Amino acid sequence: MIALLTRDLRLAIRAGGGFGLGLAFFLIVTVLVPFGVGPETGLLTQIAPGILWIGALLACLLSLDRILALDWEDGSLDLLATAPLPMEGIVSIKALAHWITTGLPLVLAAPVLGVLLSLPPDGYLWVLVSLALGTPALSVIGTFGAALTVGLKRGGLLMSLLVLPLYVPTLIFGAEVARRGAEGLTVQTPLLLLAGISFGVIALLPFASAAVLRINLR
Amino acid sequence: MSLWEYANPVKFIRTTDKVLPWISVLAVASLVIGLIWGFFFTPDDFRQGSTVKIIYLHVPSALMAINAWLMMLVASLIWIVRRHHVSALAARAAAPVGAVMTVIALATGALWGQPMWGTWWAWDPRLTSFLILFLFYLGYMALWEAIENDDTAADLTSILCLVGSVFALLSRYAVNFWNQGLHQGASLSLDKEENVADVFYFPLLVCIAGFVLLFIALVFLRTQTEIRARRTRALMARERMA
Repeated sequence: MIALLTRDLRLAIRAGGGFGLGLAFFLIVTVLVPFGVGPETGLLTQIAPGILWIGALLACLLSLDRILALDWEDGSLDLLATAPLPMEGIVSIKALAHWITTGLPLVLAAPVLGVLLSLPPDGYLWVLVSLALGTPALSVIGTFGAALTVGLKRGGLLMSLLVLPLYVPTLIFGAEVARRGAEGLTVQTPLLLLAGISFGVIALLPFASAAVLRINLR
Repeated sequence: MSLWEYANPVKFIRTTDKVLPWISVLAVASLVIGLIWGFFFTPDDFRQGSTVKIIYLHVPSALMAINAWLMMLVASLIWIVRRHHVSALAARAAAPVGAVMTVIALATGALWGQPMWGTWWAWDPRLTSFLILFLFYLGYMALWEAIENDDTAADLTSILCLVGSVFALLSRYAVNFWNQGLHQGASLSLDKEENVADVFYFPLLVCIAGFVLLFIALVFLRTQTEIRARRTRALMARERMA
């Protein structure tokens, strides 16, 4: 499993494109928003947590079809399926690799981009915490979407349509934590709910992804 | 005599052929009666005026939008567990009907919301969760269309349906938490003191019955069509082989 993880990470970093793409997209979204809505600090402060969350979510979405599609094309997914590793393990590792290459950089970049959006000082910690808790869920859900559409020629659009409604609860609670944190309110309830969704998804969804992948590889 | 006999496509078609005219006639009759009764023979509400009559389309379609998904969920489960093709095809047949019901509910809701709340759309929990439900329907239908192999498509969509149901429920409660809405609470519950007044209630019940029957009739018809289309394809394939 660790070998698979290091292989995926190495591929993501060396093959180019995948690693920086999400981060660059995140940067573009957050830099463009002030041009779109105007430079007033008050307004930016108010929407900063939400923008950071949406930017992170879209950046995640952008890189989802790379999770399985490349391995599918060159046939290494078939080899992995015949390996002694359980399919659930494979999809979990794939999701983890996606999170390390896409989610983690987003989490780390968010406070820096928060400066551009004049995020209030209380907000940094909670934006960081909510993204750190929420992005793994985004990766795992995304892996499910990628597994559903892996065999399709142009599955990207379909995958976005499938994954979009699945992202809603995570986005709601994640953005709520960030917003409440930025406004100095108590964050306990949405934080617990976000953690609940995240851990629940990580624990259960790989089984669905594995089942779907098995059907697609049949 | 067990329910599973109808998993046999021939038996299914034979039985539904017999019931379908009756259900269709009943559906049309109760819709006509319910809507005419509701539109022309009920008083205007003292506060909402005649806009209250949108209820006769809004509530039944909203009800069926959710119940269609529930039916798809059950049919998907049956497909996963027992692998009856009729079940998978019924789920496929129900999806567009459910999607249209969702659109009707959203559209009539917007028409009703404009005079009452002063807005076509608000990010109210129920409105939002219906929009999400609509997205689920779209994704489900798109996945069916996208995959060529029938069995693979049935497997994938039923798993999507199961996972989607969980997430639809999650979203329902998440949006509740996210925004307290304009929408009124439940007013048709069986166990509540305060419900819709009887004058509106009885024609509404007739309309709901009409929508349920209409849904059943459409699903039967569409499932039959799917079965026949598949049989035609099989026959053509056989002919090409020979």
